[in-house]
Amino acid sequence: MKTFNIYITGVGGQGIGLLSQTLLRAIDYAGIQAIAVDTHGLAQRGGVVVSRIRCGDAVHSPLMMKKSAHLVLAMEIHEAMRGLVTAGKEGGSLVFLDVAWQPLPVRLGHTTQITSKEILDACQTTGITPIKVDLGRLKDSRMQNMALLGTIAGKKLIPGTEPHHYFDALDDLLAGNVLKENKRLFKEYMSG
Amino acid sequence: MGNEPFEEILMGNEAIVRAMVETGTKVVTSYPGSPTPEIATAINSIPEEKRPFYFEFSVNEKVASEVAFGAAVNGNLSCVFFKSVGLNVALDTVVQFSLMNIIGGLVIVVGDDPGANSSQNEQDNRNIYHMARLTVFEPASPKEAYIYYKHAAEFAKKEQTAAVLRLTTHVCHAREKIGFGALNPPPLFRNDFNRDNGPYIALTSMALEMKAGAIQKLKQAKLFARTKGLNTILSSDKNQDLGIITSGLTYLSVLDVLETTQTCPDILKLGMINPLDEEILIDFLSSHKQVLILEELDNILELQIKSLAFDNGINTSIIGKVDDDDFIGEYTPDKTLKKLAATWPDLVSTPANDEDALFDVPARPAQMCPGCGHRSAFFAIKKALSASDITVADIGCHTLGFMPPYNMGEILMCMGASTGMASGLSLENSKRVVAFLGDSTFFHAGLPGIINAVFNRHDVTLIVMENGTTAMTGHQDNAGECISIEALLKGLGIEQVVTCDTYSQERLTDLVRQSLAHKGLSVVIASHPCMLKFTRAQRKKTGYIQKHISIDQETCTRTHACVEQFGCPSFIRNKDGRVDINLDLCIGDGSCRPSCPEQAVGFDREEK
Repeated sequence: MKTFNIYITGVGGQGIGLLSQTLLRAIDYAGIQAIAVDTHGLAQRGGVVVSRIRCGDAVHSPLMMKKSAHLVLAMEIHEAMRGLVTAGKEGGSLVFLDVAWQPLPVRLGHTTQITSKEILDACQTTGITPIKVDLGRLKDSRMQNMALLGTIAGKKLIPGTEPHHYFDALDDLLAGNVLKENKRLFKEYMSG
Repeated sequence: MGNEPFEEILMGNEAIVRAMVETGTKVVTSYPGSPTPEIATAINSIPEEKRPFYFEFSVNEKVASEVAFGAAVNGNLSCVFFKSVGLNVALDTVVQFSLMNIIGGLVIVVGDDPGANSSQNEQDNRNIYHMARLTVFEPASPKEAYIYYKHAAEFAKKEQTAAVLRLTTHVCHAREKIGFGALNPPPLFRNDFNRDNGPYIALTSMALEMKAGAIQKLKQAKLFARTKGLNTILSSDKNQDLGIITSGLTYLSVLDVLETTQTCPDILKLGMINPLDEEILIDFLSSHKQVLILEELDNILELQIKSLAFDNGINTSIIGKVDDDDFIGEYTPDKTLKKLAATWPDLVSTPANDEDALFDVPARPAQMCPGCGHRSAFFAIKKALSASDITVADIGCHTLGFMPPYNMGEILMCMGASTGMASGLSLENSKRVVAFLGDSTFFHAGLPGIINAVFNRHDVTLIVMENGTTAMTGHQDNAGECISIEALLKGLGIEQVVTCDTYSQERLTDLVRQSLAHKGLSVVIASHPCMLKFTRAQRKKTGYIQKHISIDQETCTRTHACVEQFGCPSFIRNKDGRVDINLDLCIGDGSCRPSCPEQAVGFDREEK
């Protein structure tokens, strides 16, 4: 398979670990060679979390070059902008949630919160297709990652992966009621 | 964990645990530190009764190394693992290992942190292995981490010595599908210690005889590397003029960059980085006109290889580090591309403009969690301090107090260094000196500085930031579970020792004021359980209802004390100045309430 890079970003505590692991497993179930890596530093303390998944036969390092992500997934609006700018590849896509966990400079009043419109403008400038996930229906913020995952699966944004690959991945990683609830939400967002 | 061979997607840190079991490792010890704590998480995921080895978090890396060594000289294959700077703490012990006949074999897993992702420096521990005469295996991927642990264990057992598995952050945290081997029944625990297996007393001339033994074992390591094919040449058959020598994750960066080129230099990948096998190096150098050494951090390989070329009269042009920047940071694919393009512009094109300052994005520094007792503590302690007081930080979550809005902790060194530094700062100084110290660090390396302050009568106020866990690295247990810090300090004869829950902010401010007025060492134990750990546990309970804070917008006069001075990340500052609560983050602890001069911050379920 031709190289396909996925850059996943957000804030510590948003469930990026599960999102990334589910994607990696789904890609593996699709028979695609892949390697992933998380960079979290002190993320447990509200810092940036980045996970990268690299698919394809000619992939070696789990780290990818700047501006080489075919798909940027962002769980938070400021990190959507950061991910778009540093990792997004022209012609690629950005799937993002309009969720803000204000970083310190915003809360101290040194700068203002990034808006959804600024993201859309930035996408236009950089030649990246924006896909905003509507969270209107979602009650539990801990399952926002499933909304993102369902959107990716529904729109078949990762070449070669089918919905059943995602279900198999979720079956591996979750159990009981949590699995049931996550699958329900995943399905809902997959159907659009 | 099955007994039959299987495939699974695992992180490097997790794959090592399978290798521990497959090799019959009997004792594993550690002190938690990134990038290696997931090794412990994987170990703890095996129920203790099913775990085929003993595991402990020791009080620090030195003790962890000693416990593993003790078990290994008793005949048990053992392993100690810790982070990069942990080796500094362990070094007094680890540097002796090569002198000893470690009959069970000992594997030291060290997670170096190029790029200082979660450490106070990016020290290159390869410098130390040369001095300590330790054999070092360096994997490039999770798959290799699993295989190389098994090699390290086999070599350590065979030569009755210690061997190092050198990991780096993104090898520890990478995930890929790995094929694992079968399990044999675990070996029995051994009690074979016998001084005749030694000598184990390295004193005066004995140390010299034992050093000769260490040198011999290193020679055996080179043969082992050859037998196992650890140092390998990838030949392109297209370009015999140019060669690259590399190791670890940098090797994968090189492969990524060369995917984009028409021709490909030959690559010598080193899997054993200490000692270096001269035979393969001489052969590789002699068969190329120009050789580039790509190694992240220090120029360890370069200096040895250049010396080898000189001694052997090899005229190959050898290129190593050129700029200061070559010594700094990870050799990511981007950095490797730049280095290759600068060295061989005909082979690799200079990267396009990679400026990413197209749009401003506010920085997101790590911060204390919602409800964190340390935030309450800093907020209260700040009121007791004057602008001229000197505040000394230590390692832990409370280090984050150095950032605005608290600005407490003006100097930081390493684990447990605060009281010692504060003691020095207090000499002949009219300014008051306050040191901070976490509870896990208190036991790890904090006690000697405290005892020194008692012994030498230093005038310092120490604030122990007690949260009952080793929070920064993922909530590992520490000795505070069974030892009372207050009782221990009182036992040292310190007169002024007080404990206060950090949510009692007014009381804490008063106690810090009183302690600052005390001549000599005074201690305030500012205590509150880690709220991240506490809240996670609460959420698992049935019937748990999440409380939140709310802001009475009619009472609020927008002083912004809550968001600017208390600074909990749960506050949202709107463009019009209104402050709201981020319900995804707020845990409803209420520690922010005293910060509002108008009492506009309350619980959302309260009648006002």
